[in-house]
Amino acid sequence: MNEMVKPAASDDGIVTCDACPVLCRIRAGRTGACDRYGNVNGRLARLDPFVVTQKIAEQSGAMVPFAGKDWDGKLVPGAPTFVTGVGAGTTYPDYKPAPFIVASQYDGVDMVTVVTEGIFSYCGVKVKIDTDRYVGPETAAVRVDGEQVGHVTTAEYGSQMLSIGGVRHLTGGSKKEGVVTCETLLKLCSGEAVAMRVDEGEALTVQAGRPPIIAGAREERMRVGCGSATIGIFAKQWFGHVDEVIVVDDHITGVLTEHQAGRFLDMPLAGIRVRGRKSTPGRYFQVAEPGTGWGGTNVKDPLEIIEKIDPKNAKPGLRLLMVSTTGEHAEYFVLDEQLRPQKAPMPAHLRMTVDRIGENCEPALSTVLFMAGAGGSLRAGVTENPVRLTRSVKDALTRVTAGGAPVYVWPGGGITYMVDVTTMPAKSFGHVPTPAIVAPIEFTMRREDYAALGGHVGSIRRIDDVAKADRLQVQKWHAQGPWPGAPLPKTPAE
Amino acid sequence: MTRSARSGAARAPLSGQRWHFQHGPIDLVLRAWGDAAECARAYEQAWARFATVLPELVAELPDLREPVAPSTFSFPRSGSEKNRPLSGAVARRMWQACAPFADQFITPMAAVAGAVADEVLAALIAGRRLRKAYVNNGGDIAIQLAPGERFETGIVGDIGKPKLTATASVAAEDGVRGIATSGWRGRSFSLGIADAVTVLARDAAAADAAATMIANAVTTDHPAIERRPARDLDPDSDLREHPVTVSVDPLDDAALSAALANGVRAARAYRAAGLIEGAYVELQGRRAAAGGTQAPAAIREERMAWSLHA
Repeated sequence: MNEMVKPAASDDGIVTCDACPVLCRIRAGRTGACDRYGNVNGRLARLDPFVVTQKIAEQSGAMVPFAGKDWDGKLVPGAPTFVTGVGAGTTYPDYKPAPFIVASQYDGVDMVTVVTEGIFSYCGVKVKIDTDRYVGPETAAVRVDGEQVGHVTTAEYGSQMLSIGGVRHLTGGSKKEGVVTCETLLKLCSGEAVAMRVDEGEALTVQAGRPPIIAGAREERMRVGCGSATIGIFAKQWFGHVDEVIVVDDHITGVLTEHQAGRFLDMPLAGIRVRGRKSTPGRYFQVAEPGTGWGGTNVKDPLEIIEKIDPKNAKPGLRLLMVSTTGEHAEYFVLDEQLRPQKAPMPAHLRMTVDRIGENCEPALSTVLFMAGAGGSLRAGVTENPVRLTRSVKDALTRVTAGGAPVYVWPGGGITYMVDVTTMPAKSFGHVPTPAIVAPIEFTMRREDYAALGGHVGSIRRIDDVAKADRLQVQKWHAQGPWPGAPLPKTPAE
Repeated sequence: MTRSARSGAARAPLSGQRWHFQHGPIDLVLRAWGDAAECARAYEQAWARFATVLPELVAELPDLREPVAPSTFSFPRSGSEKNRPLSGAVARRMWQACAPFADQFITPMAAVAGAVADEVLAALIAGRRLRKAYVNNGGDIAIQLAPGERFETGIVGDIGKPKLTATASVAAEDGVRGIATSGWRGRSFSLGIADAVTVLARDAAAADAAATMIANAVTTDHPAIERRPARDLDPDSDLREHPVTVSVDPLDDAALSAALANGVRAARAYRAAGLIEGAYVELQGRRAAAGGTQAPAAIREERMAWSLHA
């Protein structure tokens, strides 16, 4: 969210902008005639600023209130300040020094941050969707508005990965494919929801930091574990309260009395045989087709997965609990005289265990990591000898951040990095019609290291001078992350 | 960007020997072609004029937001409550451009962008020897062409997906000195659903007013079109309670054809009345050009390769 320029709200939510003589009266959520200022939550906000972030430490035991009632939106004097690349602009092609090369001091060390916005053709997002539901086959195309914008990749623990974007969809396909891919990336990176469809799979709605919606159903929870793991976790709590538990799971369905955990408790076999392929005792693969029913299968009625009930072991009155790996689905049955499972009210203790399965499931989210390569010419905005920047990053002498947020720099050649888009300031991303994504990137290093790698030392500006720019926007530093301007280690002696 | 302490107007040189003038909501990009010293003097003249344009408009803003009453083609008039005489030069350009459309609802604000472009262009070229010049006010462009010169401009059909979908080519002898584009996605509200209506006319104010009116005409009744009273969105809108377009879902062929035909009919009528030289309409990927033999040639559809950072 943009921070205010100054407060100016009236009773009906209209803000009067005094940035120019027109004095636009702006309703909530709208902009003035210039489109530069808008009413954001009842406050006048500059909408195209570049963003600096300030670290307001607990000084003499008191937090300095940031963006509070008494704050005028200006830099807080003396507080550590970091200039981000958001809104900095770019000098593409970067044969000129980057827009801002800023000197600051932190703990008495002279630091230089090169601030720019990169235009990335080689970029995309990796999306992790927390779900056990079947999304679609691996390598299947992921489409938005009918255009392929990416594909389904690996299934990971309790989740399904998608790869969206990448240069081949941005610029390698048809013009429309590129435009739609660019729009999709921009939305995902900006925290907006995107509707997608997987070939031979499901319709998805993905939004960074929000639960995924799969085939119209909102995913609430990650499973506590696979069916077998769930048996292992809860066996002792079920023991004595039920004669058999079947944990329905598309990956591995667990059957308590056959499972190692049930054997350990000396539970008698219940004689209820589930469908599918037996892996090890009490663990079954493929009890049904993948789907959006119980435990990521296509099962709507759990009894469908029971192949037979063996009278050798099963007895009338046998108590059976069937539950999914998230606790979202659960039924309690008692076998009648003909050994047919009959639905019965679930005893309170079993209900408690089902609730506990749910409680142990983490909230299901879609998470979006932006991945991009800061290649050739962008580096030239930083230094006259680009490869030295790459080496400096690899040697951990130069810190790379994206809108001040920490990034993971992939080993190997180039500066290819990944960043959680939700840790970046609002409106960090933009696009150009190439199509390509515009994203902020900052390189921070000791001043002497910057000189050593052939940096544009003559273009260094003092942070106080940059802070005088009229389109400055101050945001509170994202407290969880490391301070992007903190000193880096010294160059090791040769 | 250098900001004038007195007026608050700001200017900055851009690449390609252009200047950017900005004051409040007004953003102009200017360029003159000719002898370097002549161009420099031209820019200074334009800058001097620009400094007071916004304050002049603001002084008369309440009057400029009032509808132009029908059948009042002379100017200035002494006046009724609703049409008091306007005194500013830009305000008068606005009123004059809008008066021919006064049988329908229109306020002088329909021509504000074009009128500002015309006024600053007039200052830019006054007494200067230039081959060619333009003042682009957010897509509403006033141009000056010496004999034999041409002006080429690109049309972005959908600002949601910015790319050139057509180019307009104007020759000095065409008599076109203004190009303006209007549509519901733009900065101003529209009663219609056109993604872009580009008009060529004798000056930018005339083009601006006509583009507004043609864009208003490109419409049809359809549940896929969402409208809201203008003042629900902007409490000071000159469009008052008129329903303005806030979203348009994809329309079926019949609705597209009907809306497009309404716009083309309006454009032909304005051309027949001598108000415009030609018009180009874009609606959800469908395109139409209106005018006689000249206009379709002047505005030619062209799919251009994307070029960035030119």
